[in-house]
Amino acid sequence: MENRLRILRAERNWSQQDLAEKLEVSRQSVNAVETGKYDPSLPLAFRIAELFALPIEEIFVSPSRRSSKAI
Amino acid sequence: MSLSPATKRYNLRMIWLWLLYAAFLLPAVYSFKHRLVSGEFAYVLAVLPAIPIIGVFATVGRYLVEESDEYLRMLMVRQTLWAGAIALSLATVWGFLESFDLVSHIASYYIAVVWFFGLAVGAIINRLTLGDGRPC
Repeated sequence: MENRLRILRAERNWSQQDLAEKLEVSRQSVNAVETGKYDPSLPLAFRIAELFALPIEEIFVSPSRRSSKAI
Repeated sequence: MSLSPATKRYNLRMIWLWLLYAAFLLPAVYSFKHRLVSGEFAYVLAVLPAIPIIGVFATVGRYLVEESDEYLRMLMVRQTLWAGAIALSLATVWGFLESFDLVSHIASYYIAVVWFFGLAVGAIINRLTLGDGRPC
């Protein structure tokens, strides 16, 4: 799933490892979510949103909204 | 790369189980080869090496329960699905070949060996498709 995680992380000067530690997941998980290879569960998506103090939809791009834009 | 606590426990359990397997298998092979056992004790000695192998399956299940990192858990789930698919497919094909007398009989514990091989295949596929692999 497309997302702004890399940008949000860069704005805070956090490495993937830093973010992984804050979320209590592996660096591999952060990388997989960031690159869109893995869609996080709802609880993990909420943890990410709470960490950045943003609504989920400002971090993750809804796949349906993305496809309707493409049309 | 730092390992998750669940992965560390998984690795440690695996080491102990494989050591236990060797400790049970070697005396069993020696005893049967030199005809040192008979009766009920022979059954016990023959089954002992299977126990750590069953422990390996349980350890994989335990890892899936204990791993709090959902992405790492998914990697292992994918590995076990590949392992199961490969082992069951080969067992089915071999079973038909054997029932039509086209191949010789092989001991059924080789299904477990193929399953372990399948775990490694699953790890390679994870590496190729997701760029991430976890130790088998």
